[in-house]
Amino acid sequence: MGPFGLWQPFADAVKVFTKETIIPAGASRSLFLMAPMLTFILACLAWAVIPVNDGWAVANINVGILYLFAISSLGVYGIVIAGWASNSKYAFLGAMRSAAQMVSYEVSIGFVLVSIMLCVGSLNLNDIVKAQSHVWFCFPMLPMFVVFLISMLAETNRAPFDLPEGESELVAGFFVEYSAMSFALFYLGEYTNMIMMSALASVLFLGGWQAPLGLTFIPGIVWLFAKICVVMFFFFWVRATFPRYRYDQLMRLGWKVFLPLSLLWLVLTAFFLEFTGLLPAGPA
Amino acid sequence: MTGIIEKSPAVTTDVPGPLPAATATRTVQIDSHAINFGPQHPAAHGVLRLVLEMDGEVVERADPHVGLLHRGTEKLIESRTYTQNTPYFDRLDYVSPMCMEHAFVQATEKLLSITPPERALWIRTLYDEITRILNHLLNITSFAMDVGALTPPLWGYEEREKLMEFYEAASGARLHANYYRHGGVSRDLPAGLTDKIWAWSEAFPAFIDDLWNLLTENRIWKQRTVDIGIMSAEQALAWGFTGPNLRASGVPWDLRKSQPYAMYEHVDFDVPIARNGDCYDRYLVRMIEMRQSVRIIRQCIEKMKPGPVKIEDRKFTPPRREEMKRSMEALIHHFKLYTEGFHVPAGATYTAVESPKGEFGVYLVSDGTNKPYRCKIRPTGFSHLQAIEVMSKGHMLADAVAIIGSIDLVFGEVDR
Repeated sequence: MGPFGLWQPFADAVKVFTKETIIPAGASRSLFLMAPMLTFILACLAWAVIPVNDGWAVANINVGILYLFAISSLGVYGIVIAGWASNSKYAFLGAMRSAAQMVSYEVSIGFVLVSIMLCVGSLNLNDIVKAQSHVWFCFPMLPMFVVFLISMLAETNRAPFDLPEGESELVAGFFVEYSAMSFALFYLGEYTNMIMMSALASVLFLGGWQAPLGLTFIPGIVWLFAKICVVMFFFFWVRATFPRYRYDQLMRLGWKVFLPLSLLWLVLTAFFLEFTGLLPAGPA
Repeated sequence: MTGIIEKSPAVTTDVPGPLPAATATRTVQIDSHAINFGPQHPAAHGVLRLVLEMDGEVVERADPHVGLLHRGTEKLIESRTYTQNTPYFDRLDYVSPMCMEHAFVQATEKLLSITPPERALWIRTLYDEITRILNHLLNITSFAMDVGALTPPLWGYEEREKLMEFYEAASGARLHANYYRHGGVSRDLPAGLTDKIWAWSEAFPAFIDDLWNLLTENRIWKQRTVDIGIMSAEQALAWGFTGPNLRASGVPWDLRKSQPYAMYEHVDFDVPIARNGDCYDRYLVRMIEMRQSVRIIRQCIEKMKPGPVKIEDRKFTPPRREEMKRSMEALIHHFKLYTEGFHVPAGATYTAVESPKGEFGVYLVSDGTNKPYRCKIRPTGFSHLQAIEVMSKGHMLADAVAIIGSIDLVFGEVDR
């Protein structure tokens, strides 16, 4: 398709638009059609608060992190509804897995975010980027960065935590009954979420639009893009290297390793900031 | 939807005594649900239909259904001559075709009391081992894919491609070779092929190292395979395990050593044994077997001498084409062999070879005519498949997938 196969994505888009959306006989029609839309809309909504340059965000709100949290918590509904509305055993198993998985890893991501917020003293993502003008948070908070990167894989259902759609186990998991554009919306939602989480990782730990080593002549938006690409590379790299976790192992990792670790680090950060007097003054 | 059975209060044991209808406790029992795993499932390795009774994610009962690829091979064999029958064996275990042929031609040779020339036996040994690597490459990498690793299958297919070219060079076909003949092999190796195989055998161990490094010490790989689907040595023997699956349980049994055929007694190789009999051990045994196969391949090339590749008895092997054009006797022999075929003295034999998957045997009964009276095939995968229930009980769904991957099933052979 075209030079270097560049037109293939467009051909795919035409294909998914022109195919028939099959609704299984036993499915709950309205919910079945609503689930992919919900997934995709939520994945796009989260982008509103990501600052691409100093103050450049669709909504530069003071509760940016809370907003992101709310949106990503809602994300699980799309999957659970899809799994339930399909009325298929594989889809249902996939939905159950993903509900458990996304909820458990949100907890550890939450504590990672809280320790970042402690250091910055603000929930505004633009302020968080500004606070990293001297040193990126990935260096002083390295353990949390690692926890965040791994939880991020689980949160977006990517390998090695792609259990909800584990091909060799559940065929396609929660979207096994979907076809045409409703199927494509799940995929678009998943990839949008991946880029979203990469952007979040860049904003929280890699200095967002801040230029490293004083290379300020390159605009911040380019820097953010480059950082997103690096984190995305990490996504694919992990996918190519590791086998898939089993359901119980995944839950064990989330609740017994990451949760205590992030809690401990939160307490350590709080102590450190309190005793060194570095605790930032709150807004009020 | 997951089989919720509402029990009436009268038969529920939790509720002591009959209660008035208004205050009756409604007890709902969540039943275990059955899922149809396959035959169109990506991890079903062809056409396995596994009915799994699940309690949530835990497998309570695994019921394999066979027969979806049944083609009646054994019956078809009864109405064809011996030469016409070899291609059927390629299509049994289509991942290791030449080893299948080997069992059949050996059985026929035993009934005919003929021995192929030495070079033919060396070629058979060489190609049996190439086949073993072909088979293990596919199994290990698709096992890895079942467990969720995406890179090994892509690597493995590339290596398989090289080996299939050796198949093609010798037999003309990449998969269904039909290369072994009663009394030898169909034709000699083309000039320069052994050099190519030698060059490949020098490069291949590096590939095994790569695969080894990617999987063997990988924590997730170990968490997914160690202690999954354990078969003790007694269990493995009781269920009729053979080949790498049996050796992974700690039983040192390999037909190439215990009853050598072809040229296996003249080559030096080790048979790897593992102890635990879990999925990880089955993987390890196959990995090490590939290294041993490379050793055998190199010895075959070193020890092979030029010479005939078929017995020079015109009653069993057809004459060369140019000879047929000049000699009347050759023409008659050619005609008779390709129409009527040769007659095999009455008798019966059970001949088995160590196929990559285990003991593959042929029980061949001849009534003195040109067609087998009965040919019972002893498949390897069938006995491995029947143990799925034992191995996967109490494990999770994802483990059942790993177990299916680790026991190396090919349904062409299981269903025959």
